[in-house]
Amino acid sequence: MAPTNVKPQIRETISTPSKISVALTVNGVAVQLEVVPWTTLLDALRDHLDLTGTKKGCDHGQCGACTVLVDGRRINSCLALAVMKDGAAVTTIEGLATNGALHPLQQAFIDHDAFQCGYCTPGQICSAAGLIAEGKAKTAEEIRELMSGNLCRCGAYPNIVAAIQQAMGPS
Amino acid sequence: MINFQYQRAHDVADAVRQIGSDPNAKFIAGGTNLIDLMKEDVERPSRLIDISRLPLGAVEETPDGGVRIGALVPNADLAHHPLIARRYPMLASAILAGASAQLRNMASTGGNLLQRTRCYYFYDTATPCNKREPGSGCSARSGLNRIHAILGTSETCIATHPSDMCVALAALDAHVHVAGPAGERVIEFADFHRLPGDTPQRDTNLQPNEIVTAVALPAQGFAGNCTYLKIRDRLSYAFALVSVAAALELDGDTIKDARLALGGVAHRPWRDAAAEATLRGQPASKPAFARAADFVLRDAKGFAHNAFKIDLARRVIVRALTQAAQGTPQSQSSKKIR
Repeated sequence: MAPTNVKPQIRETISTPSKISVALTVNGVAVQLEVVPWTTLLDALRDHLDLTGTKKGCDHGQCGACTVLVDGRRINSCLALAVMKDGAAVTTIEGLATNGALHPLQQAFIDHDAFQCGYCTPGQICSAAGLIAEGKAKTAEEIRELMSGNLCRCGAYPNIVAAIQQAMGPS
Repeated sequence: MINFQYQRAHDVADAVRQIGSDPNAKFIAGGTNLIDLMKEDVERPSRLIDISRLPLGAVEETPDGGVRIGALVPNADLAHHPLIARRYPMLASAILAGASAQLRNMASTGGNLLQRTRCYYFYDTATPCNKREPGSGCSARSGLNRIHAILGTSETCIATHPSDMCVALAALDAHVHVAGPAGERVIEFADFHRLPGDTPQRDTNLQPNEIVTAVALPAQGFAGNCTYLKIRDRLSYAFALVSVAAALELDGDTIKDARLALGGVAHRPWRDAAAEATLRGQPASKPAFARAADFVLRDAKGFAHNAFKIDLARRVIVRALTQAAQGTPQSQSSKKIR
């Protein structure tokens, strides 16, 4: 399709907004950030706090690689503005292990070989932690449905489901 | 993403005041559609007014026997709220058929209503789109239009409203409560979203500087005989090609009342009261369902790639009404269609 009659898009110049102070508790640690309003929570974690475990996949809420827990609920951090999460508690993949012991989901992903390239894995594991906390999935079918916001282009889905089932334990 | 100013609203009146102070300001709540569109340079607000902390997060019974849903109730919380799950299972099911668990945790009730009616040309700033750039032309009419509308289209736009929740709200006769500079008012759900006509840039009849504060459901939830049946290209996390919210009130085998709304077929959730009327007094049977389906689709018009939706919609309507009549609603985790 030839873009014949599209007007050139002229972006209005606006005064540059000043940075805004944001207080977060990230993986149990209180942090204070100064960010411009358009900083996503994902970029705040990766670029301001050097927590690069959370991955940027599509950056449009379609792949789930950026999934983190905010106040215990799984969300796409690429579609959240850091300034809107002022005061929130954020858990990333770096915060799941306790005292050097892997989180049961991390161990289960290893046990079941639930990844290949590993890029989607932090999002998969944080999403699974959210799923278990929600308590709505009992069967493999329900796990598949409620994990559908996390894509794995290596196709490790059967092993991911098996790993989550192991971490859930017998219901 | 475009640079923008950010400020928080302290209460509803403050939100209305703040939005009125800047013609290019937008409200943000869950942000799942707005942030995405801003990243694509489709939406370019100069200022975001954060309404996510306003006290609009309650789900409560109303004196008339209905339920009032605060505009900030997250989609996931609404679907799993005991009042909704028990009394309005068609709404709960529709919500769970949409988006992903993460997005349902973020997206708000009001935001679900206000997500843009859209198609991929709306997102592609390199192509003409009357909704994005009024008067520039519609790329979809002569382009790839497999996902597009078959009902209520205009020369200017054939995009669809992608919400599942709104299809159920349309079928349930919901009302939308809004506040604005002129005070509060209530909009019938059927009058909330618009057909494209000559102004496809307007998705709703919300007036400038109005804010959605709640969605109200009437007492009748059709809990015994309802379904939400969604057909899409993959089994989960995809927009509907065609979806149907169907609900019946039965007296023995006779239909006393019927509700029928479609998603994925029009610029807004498509409810057809005249088609529902053809069902009243009829036996709850396949011939009656097929007649109603034909009636709903009497003016359907396909384009180069989406004409299949007309036959598909006919079958999904019949199947959904059958599920409703049998009291066997579609499961949103087992994808087997019975």
